[in-house]
Amino acid sequence: MDDPKRNSPCSEPPASESRREFLHTFSLAAPLLLLGLRISAVEALAAEPEAAYNARDHYYGMGIDVSKCIGCGRCADACKNENDVPREPYYFRTWVERYVIGADGETDVDSPNGGIGGFTSKTPDKEILRTFFVPKLCNQCTDPPCVQVCPVGATFATEDGVVLVDNDYCIGCRYCIQACPYGARFLDPRTKTANKCTFCYHRVTKGLLPACVEVCPTGARVFGDLKQRNSPLARFTRFNKIMTLKPHLNTKPKVFYAQLDEEVR
Amino acid sequence: MTQQSSRLLLVAALLVVGLSAARHFLVPKTFGQRGHYRAAAVDAIEKLPIRYAGREACALCHTEIVAMHGKARHQSVSCEVCHGPAAAHTEAPTDIKPPAPRTRGYCPLCHGYDPTRPTGFPQIDPVTHNPVKACISCHNPHAPEPPHTPEECGACHGQIARSKAVSRHAQLPCVQCHNTPEQHKITPRLVHPEKPRNREFCGGCHAQDARSPKEILRIDMQSHNSRYLCWQCHYPHQPEGD
Repeated sequence: MDDPKRNSPCSEPPASESRREFLHTFSLAAPLLLLGLRISAVEALAAEPEAAYNARDHYYGMGIDVSKCIGCGRCADACKNENDVPREPYYFRTWVERYVIGADGETDVDSPNGGIGGFTSKTPDKEILRTFFVPKLCNQCTDPPCVQVCPVGATFATEDGVVLVDNDYCIGCRYCIQACPYGARFLDPRTKTANKCTFCYHRVTKGLLPACVEVCPTGARVFGDLKQRNSPLARFTRFNKIMTLKPHLNTKPKVFYAQLDEEVR
Repeated sequence: MTQQSSRLLLVAALLVVGLSAARHFLVPKTFGQRGHYRAAAVDAIEKLPIRYAGREACALCHTEIVAMHGKARHQSVSCEVCHGPAAAHTEAPTDIKPPAPRTRGYCPLCHGYDPTRPTGFPQIDPVTHNPVKACISCHNPHAPEPPHTPEECGACHGQIARSKAVSRHAQLPCVQCHNTPEQHKITPRLVHPEKPRNREFCGGCHAQDARSPKEILRIDMQSHNSRYLCWQCHYPHQPEGD
């Protein structure tokens, strides 16, 4: 601990080491700047709340067993209830898609109102080769493209691996919506800011399950902590062959699919 | 010190002071505490209200019904799947009562027939299955049991039953090929029906020398892909040639 600044709260992630060293050297040459930094550091220390939850102890992920999904859409409904997502059928943090692959090789995908009202409106009349439901949501990428493109730093990955949106600083430019390869973001029509799945961050930090996992009647969705060796998710990833969506994009999703079909994108 | 360099120094000092002051006032206070973002935003998201209380909360008061539900087929179905978000109810148990869907519209969201549902999942056709009657008049949603053991395999294996119904095997009952223990109807995932274990079973009808109606397709059992069981290539619920 030869460097006193290492004790300050802004000296954690090793990624910004070189920048910090640069700032430190620079500040030696400019004592005024150093003073300014010290003031903000002291203020930051005072503003840090006393919380029992430590984000660094967790790293969240979700498992989805495609073969267990019955397409009831309760997850999409619960998500809208829990997170105050607009009820119009264009805004979803999570939704369910129905894939019908016909004997002719043609694939039909539909998701009427995200699956909330059920899929009973249309029964495919062609000969079916295989068919299944796929729940979709933000993949909480380890290397999220949405975070890279945000021009104001309003979307970010937390220490526990959840990609969040800072509503107060989002300028509503929609770059992140364009950048997301999974179509998991939308612009909230009320606030004109980007909106997306938070893994129910306000719930998981209190030890509860995300709303979609809580209500999934067949256990098709599994939530857990990747840092824990005995979580339901650990069992899920041990006993299933796991696929992620669009692995070639190197986004490294933390939503893991079992029994995923090649037609799913 | 020359005049030029002192002016230059003054400009440099002004720049440093100006930039550090601007940084001090413009950068949000909690920015950079945990990463390249405002830590206060995370705290604000953490403080958002909870709407779904979680099944553990329900068990605190509704012990009897939770105990019954925990042993029944709906044990994996959380209370709030049907009763809706109940966090408000846990805070004001007498003032706010969670609703219960009692109409025919709700149960088919899970149990209405859809070929995309995994086979084995209990499904009915809401149009023909006891029309108008409310589901809960026969089925207890907390401990659902079919009023009587399903006679039709299609109650759970809807897609297979519907495929078979329009195929050349339509007349064959399921148990002709699947030896089904009675226990399969009670614990379907623990006791499975059997599949034909040898080629001779299908050969009973389809072999050259089989004593079956003449219009049934015949095959030379010796020369025809003898290393496979018949159903490893042919789908018996919808055999080709229809």
